[in-house]
Amino acid sequence: MSDVLLSARGLRLAFGGVKAADGIDLNVMRGEFLAIIGPNGAGKTTFINMTTGYLRPQAGTISYEGAPITGMAPRRIVARGIARSFQLPQLFTEHTVLENAALAIAAREGPWSPLKPLLRPAWREEARDLLERFGLSAIADARADALNEGARKLADIAMAVALKPRLLLMDEPTSGVAASEKMQVVETLARVLRAAQVTAVFVEHDMDVVERFADRVAVWSQGKIAALGPPAAVLADPEVQREVIGIERHAAA
Amino acid sequence: MRRTETILAIGGAALLVLLAFLAPWLRFVLTIALAKGIAVLGILLLLRAGQVSFGHALYLAFGAYVVAFLAPSSPEALILMPVAMLLSGALGLVVGLFVSRYREIFFGMLNLAISMVFYSLLEKLYHYTKGTDGIRVGVPRFLGMVLERDDFEWAMFATALLLALAIGFFVRLYLASPMGQALSAIKTRETRLEFMGLPARGVLLSAYVLSTLMGGLAGAIIALTTRHVTPLLGYWTVSGELVFIAILGGAGAALGPFLGAVTFELVRVYAAASFADAWQAILGLVLMGVILFFSRGLWGMVESLARKRA
Repeated sequence: MSDVLLSARGLRLAFGGVKAADGIDLNVMRGEFLAIIGPNGAGKTTFINMTTGYLRPQAGTISYEGAPITGMAPRRIVARGIARSFQLPQLFTEHTVLENAALAIAAREGPWSPLKPLLRPAWREEARDLLERFGLSAIADARADALNEGARKLADIAMAVALKPRLLLMDEPTSGVAASEKMQVVETLARVLRAAQVTAVFVEHDMDVVERFADRVAVWSQGKIAALGPPAAVLADPEVQREVIGIERHAAA
Repeated sequence: MRRTETILAIGGAALLVLLAFLAPWLRFVLTIALAKGIAVLGILLLLRAGQVSFGHALYLAFGAYVVAFLAPSSPEALILMPVAMLLSGALGLVVGLFVSRYREIFFGMLNLAISMVFYSLLEKLYHYTKGTDGIRVGVPRFLGMVLERDDFEWAMFATALLLALAIGFFVRLYLASPMGQALSAIKTRETRLEFMGLPARGVLLSAYVLSTLMGGLAGAIIALTTRHVTPLLGYWTVSGELVFIAILGGAGAALGPFLGAVTFELVRVYAAASFADAWQAILGLVLMGVILFFSRGLWGMVESLARKRA
């Protein structure tokens, strides 16, 4: 089995004159936590959107476990084992947290009988177990629109994890989370994902989070990868510090 | 609340039977109300997904005309009803494949447009449909028997009541199932469904087809009960009436459409008898009152009362 889980080659996508992807070549290795950093508008979210089928690249290919997935519909990509979470949590706001998790489990398990309830014992138990792993048990019965940002982020990621993906792409999992909660959120995430042996790619603006949790970091700049490697080496690069981290530290502050 | 709903459904059914005994002329009104309640259950499914159809009278009319066309060759009521229902569902699948691509006002208006095309065809194709004169439905058989008028009315009332209970029970299960819950999810975060691997369009389409099955069945019951089918059954005001009943009854539970339909028909009958020129205004005032004081419809009012007692 190859160590490369996801491979992007020559990805290009422009919005008008703005190049969001300008020849992106990237391998995501099985089991790693890869952080993507870079200033706003550098194309980080565009990469996630192309990988998960929300956007189709104008050129280039994406392959997952050796098979092409370029331009596939999101739900076909999910079926292959890739899930994502969102910068703005996408929860079903009229449902409870438990029902949100159960819906994700149901999505994985379908097709369904229209006569059996969503909260059938097996799925209810699995959803409760999932929420417990994410530290969300106390708010399992709360409506999703009544949660604070940290809980919404975790619930959003929990729904993606419920799909049992092998690759999870997270768009700014800590943005909007209070500074006091941030490390706790990431520690919870790292623990759950490592235990589930999920490979993770995450867009992040907080360099402390990157240094602490990423195995590798890719620096995005104007639709290109400006640097790629272990956090200690990449974040120590003077050019990266000047061009990216200066902005990031400023943004984080 | 589920227990309250069950008790109310059984109690409501018993009350309707009692009313039908005490006031025989009400049997007809109640049978029509139950049929419309079944059609409105379909509207409720779509409302769960945040979609309003202003064209579901199409399926009511289609089901009724299927009965009108087939009754001369196959007058058995218990065959005509499922045939009308299935053919309506087939039409709903064809239309649904198209309209399920659209949302909100576009969904509502496309349904309206398609229903009005069908209405025009019913009116213009006089050779087949007898235009605005409509088609008289001959005396249908029931379980192979030719019944007296009174007995046939009882048979249709009982059939409509049993079907309403069965379909209401099915809808309750459906809404609690992943399919029903995914319908609500379409309203709040459709994109997320796609990123969970679920085809939102397929979820909506299945609910749409179910709603057209119910619409077709309702049309068949109306045709067999009124024994006269005209294009008016497919007019846009009838579609509006179904949405009106859905709002009046409330979309919170499967009982809401029946509460709405029975209230609607009774208010209409009594208002029309007492204030022949102003019955629409009275219906409007009733709806305004319900919306102002009970935004979740009559079922919402029942829920509030049940909670206060608990």
